[in-house]
Amino acid sequence: MRIGKTLCVAALLSLSTSLVQAQDFRIALQEDPDVLDPDQSRTFVGRIVYASLCDKLVDITPDLEIIPMLATGWSWNEDGTELTMTLRDDVVFHDGTPFNADAVAANLDRSKNLETSRRKSEVKSIESWDVVDDTTIKINLSAPDATLIAQFADRSGMMLSPTAFEAAGEDFGLAPVCAGPFKFVERVAQDRIALEKFADYYRADEINFDTVTFLPIPDTTVRLANLRAGDLNMLERLAATDVTSAEGDAGLQVEKATSLGYQGITNNVANGDNAQNPLGQSNLVRQALSAAIDRAALNQVVFEGAFAPGNQPFSPASPWYNADFPVPERDIEAAKALLAEAGYPDGVTIEIQVANNPVQTQVMQVVQAMAADAGINIEIVAKEFATLLADQSAGDYTASQIGWSGRVDPDGNIHQFLTTGGGINDSKFSHPDMDTFLNEARLSTDPAVRKESYSSAVALQQDQLPIIYLYHPVWIWALEDSVKGFTPYPDGMIRLHGVSVSE
Amino acid sequence: MLAFIARRLLIAIPTIVIISIFVFGLQQLLPGDPILVLAGEERDPDVIEALREKYRLNDPIPVQYLAWAGNALQGDLGISLRTQQPVLELIAEKLPVTVQLAVMALIIAMVIGIPAGVLSAYKKGTWIDWAANITALSGLSVPNFWLGIMLILLVSVKLGWLPASGYQPFFEDPLQSIRTMLMPAFVLGTALAATLMRHTRSAMLSVLQSDYVRTARAKGLRERTVLIKHALRNALVPVVTVMTLLFGELLAGAVLTEQIFTIPGFGKLVVDAVFNRDYAVVQGIVLCTGIAFIFMNILADVAYRVLNPRMGDL
Repeated sequence: MRIGKTLCVAALLSLSTSLVQAQDFRIALQEDPDVLDPDQSRTFVGRIVYASLCDKLVDITPDLEIIPMLATGWSWNEDGTELTMTLRDDVVFHDGTPFNADAVAANLDRSKNLETSRRKSEVKSIESWDVVDDTTIKINLSAPDATLIAQFADRSGMMLSPTAFEAAGEDFGLAPVCAGPFKFVERVAQDRIALEKFADYYRADEINFDTVTFLPIPDTTVRLANLRAGDLNMLERLAATDVTSAEGDAGLQVEKATSLGYQGITNNVANGDNAQNPLGQSNLVRQALSAAIDRAALNQVVFEGAFAPGNQPFSPASPWYNADFPVPERDIEAAKALLAEAGYPDGVTIEIQVANNPVQTQVMQVVQAMAADAGINIEIVAKEFATLLADQSAGDYTASQIGWSGRVDPDGNIHQFLTTGGGINDSKFSHPDMDTFLNEARLSTDPAVRKESYSSAVALQQDQLPIIYLYHPVWIWALEDSVKGFTPYPDGMIRLHGVSVSE
Repeated sequence: MLAFIARRLLIAIPTIVIISIFVFGLQQLLPGDPILVLAGEERDPDVIEALREKYRLNDPIPVQYLAWAGNALQGDLGISLRTQQPVLELIAEKLPVTVQLAVMALIIAMVIGIPAGVLSAYKKGTWIDWAANITALSGLSVPNFWLGIMLILLVSVKLGWLPASGYQPFFEDPLQSIRTMLMPAFVLGTALAATLMRHTRSAMLSVLQSDYVRTARAKGLRERTVLIKHALRNALVPVVTVMTLLFGELLAGAVLTEQIFTIPGFGKLVVDAVFNRDYAVVQGIVLCTGIAFIFMNILADVAYRVLNPRMGDL
């Protein structure tokens, strides 16, 4: 009898605790992610979902140091052409497939050889691989590539279940199977992506939620209203203009991290006939435009001071930020002098295209007003993003206000933009010294050598200005006050390890 | 009646074909390249070429259209460029959402608009008429997105009565589903109520002056009977036309309202698809809403004959 009672109470207790723990964590995203296949996807919000779904070979710290994740360690051979990685032996994918060196090999192969893989350029340097044993893989490179480890801290390093992608092929993204803390349950386009805790996760004790739901809510005001109404636990990309109001709300907390990306003005210096204009032909005119911009005021007016003014490809969040080139003060006299020196004492008129969303248009309107004081008349052409991108790529533009989401390794933020023939060098900027600096930096695994090369590259960039950098966005998250343990990262990801909600 | 419906359905087929050709052609006129966006920030040339091949974008446009139409006839509307989900699946996901929103909005519009129209016609020239007209005008003039955000701030954030946004499938939890849909349906419904009210009012005004209404009154019928049974029934014919057209419009998606309340319906889907140049999705949705419109028109014609049997067969 007594035993029966005890059992009853125990059962009730376990039931009630399981009720308490049956916790859903709800995160609002600014957009609906694209296809959920790390080898084929391209959006920032998609990566936020992956942070809960797909673990990577390596991860980063908030200070951008690279740390082990699925790989326990790695070493380079003497000339930097062989990377040997050791792997965890206690990991399984969500479908029970064991994680081992063969699985890594299959994933490398998919990133490299799947026809529609968007990771090709990231793993280009990989030539072949040897599975040494179950927990060791040796990756052979065609040439030294200092950026590879950092690529493994992002989508190229995400490990997918080989069983699942062999069965699903290109359709893997409809039901992704990875090795992260949560597994995929369902997705309703533009409504929600639901994940549930993966019981066999190797770090399961750090995960405090049974399910995670990602809800795309594009309107920033509505996103915040949902959080305030208690329908969400947290949201990403709070509008800079809402920070003061959210910080003043006792029920909310705000977290920030300066991003690795930038926004700037890309100038057409040699991309077809449209480069034949004062801005494209004379770096002095570009210097004048840059000098006419008060970056601190721009940040104040458009973002209420929440972002980070910038003048170089590397964000202040990055260890590669070059402190020798601080953000300059506005100097109208210098701008006028530069214009005169370039042969335009009466000023110039230039056309700059911008994506037709309110924030970016406002940025350009502020720049327009500032430049006018120096005699640079800017005509703003607002284009819808797909058009802007197509025109920019085809050289059908004079200058273009566009940004970059940022990469952990400095190479990803500069090489493909400023080297001759670079994949996204829409300026078609070409300078032999720049090529030398940036290629050297890519080949060396010695941080001191790289730092030296990047210093020279940034110095040259400041003189030539194929891209005029304006600011570095700051990731801003708003969370319910009861959420504990969230760490902001400069990559903008939401890592749920150690995050909990207190009652 | 059946022959009439069958005839109308047959006429609908060429209309649908023309709609699909038109949309396919118009999309090609849009500037911008979907593949550049899809290829990701790095825009690797090999990837761009592989994607073009995969989505047959290298074929001449007529060939692309015929391939699409051939598949569509077999029930395959292609896959979304962005999420790789089948378009038919996307539409099947969105249709119940949009239909529910449309039905709820239309009910709210009818409940408010028709009585208000009848009342204001009956009390023509009095303060009631003026009040109804001013309310209707404001209902038309207040932008949906503004009213939506104000309602969210008041009802959800301040009072905590209803969920701020989102969507709950009706068959999973009917009550919660209606609760989440109430504010957006109200926002849409009030705007439509104004239109309905204006139409009901003018139809009632002309009917109330007709001879048979005077006769009915002269017979000594109660005023309510005259108004509801005799006058309103005839006055409803043009109102039904307006209602079916409004319903068709609602099915095409209420973009701003869906955006504000984060309702995963047609409107949001089609706008996102246009911005992402997700051709197959745009094409699929337009085809569906086109069919919905044609269907609503047929429904209106049938409803006329039910309301007024004298119209007979066409």
